[in-house]
Amino acid sequence: MKRILIIVPAFNEEENIRGVILKLFSENDAWDILVINDASLDRTSEIARQTRLATVIDLPINLGIGGCVQTGFRYAKNNGYDFALQFDGDGQHSAEEIHKLLEIVTNNEADVAIGSRFRQKHQGFKSSVSRRIGIRIFEWFSYLLIRQRITDHTSGFRAYNRKALRFLADYYPTDFPEPEVIILLGKNGFRIRETYTQMHERKGGVSSIPITKGPYYMIKVMLAMFMSSIRSKIYRHD
Amino acid sequence: MIDMISQIGINVRTTQYIAIAVSISLFLYILFLVRNKKIKEEYSLLWLSSSIVFIFFSIWRDGLEFFAGLIGIAYPPAALFLILLLAVFLILIEFSINISKLSEKNKVLTQELALLKKEVEDLKTGKQAENTVGGDDLENIEPVDKPVEK
Repeated sequence: MKRILIIVPAFNEEENIRGVILKLFSENDAWDILVINDASLDRTSEIARQTRLATVIDLPINLGIGGCVQTGFRYAKNNGYDFALQFDGDGQHSAEEIHKLLEIVTNNEADVAIGSRFRQKHQGFKSSVSRRIGIRIFEWFSYLLIRQRITDHTSGFRAYNRKALRFLADYYPTDFPEPEVIILLGKNGFRIRETYTQMHERKGGVSSIPITKGPYYMIKVMLAMFMSSIRSKIYRHD
Repeated sequence: MIDMISQIGINVRTTQYIAIAVSISLFLYILFLVRNKKIKEEYSLLWLSSSIVFIFFSIWRDGLEFFAGLIGIAYPPAALFLILLLAVFLILIEFSINISKLSEKNKVLTQELALLKKEVEDLKTGKQAENTVGGDDLENIEPVDKPVEK
């Protein structure tokens, strides 16, 4: 029996976290649910614990999404999980779509499966023009760097196999990690596969990228992507 | 040049004495801070060496003029500014490196602490974690610095 860990990063998600955990549990009760509470100021941790369906880890200091998710990979590595899936605590991802992503990694079609909002034309997801332009630029930029067509770089809806999660437990960027991770993985020879997944509009909480920080975000992320692409490949023995 | 300045009533010697006094005090202040363990030795090296350069040039004026002439700077004190600026740059870059290292270490420590807290919690409530390989250690904290390269 392959062991699967669902990593749920959560920062101030007291409104959503209970719903997310229940949804995950009802989807498949064999999955282990791990909530990483990124030093929330509200009752996220308490509410998650009350469900008794999830393991809850509380970070003593707020690390941001990168450090938060990486804690999940470390947990997965330490506890010998075969697959890990990131599922955001804000309710944006749909639990029914998890199977699609897990299928790709469990069938060994890829090391990493990314859920994309843009793989299909009739998308149920509306985002602002500026955000779409940014996503286009990422698509073009990462094709330039690693020759892979990825349509949704900012998606945090991802499944990883054992090899990938063990790698990311040691190497995971902070700040705005999602696009950078794609380059890091591509550069290090991991097979990435994207598939269309439906996503919901967020129900509560705020985006990790405020609109005013858009240009800063683009420049910072593209610099990080470029730097990842010119770093030498990391060789590991495991 | 010197005549012009003395005409205005400023003694060039005075300026030099001030420069010497300031750079020696800077040097002594850094030494004092290291002695009192406010700055670690390794972080004081850049400060000490740059203050030695300042002392050197404020005492040996001809040296500064010579150096300025060498790189084509007409007004010697401007050469001093250049040296000063370079020293400050170096020190600031060093700071950025150290801050980056610290934040990486800080992150790993935070993660390990959170994972350990979880394990302690489980032990207290009697839950036994299965298949535990053991906590990660602090050996891999600087992935950017020490990748194993071919």
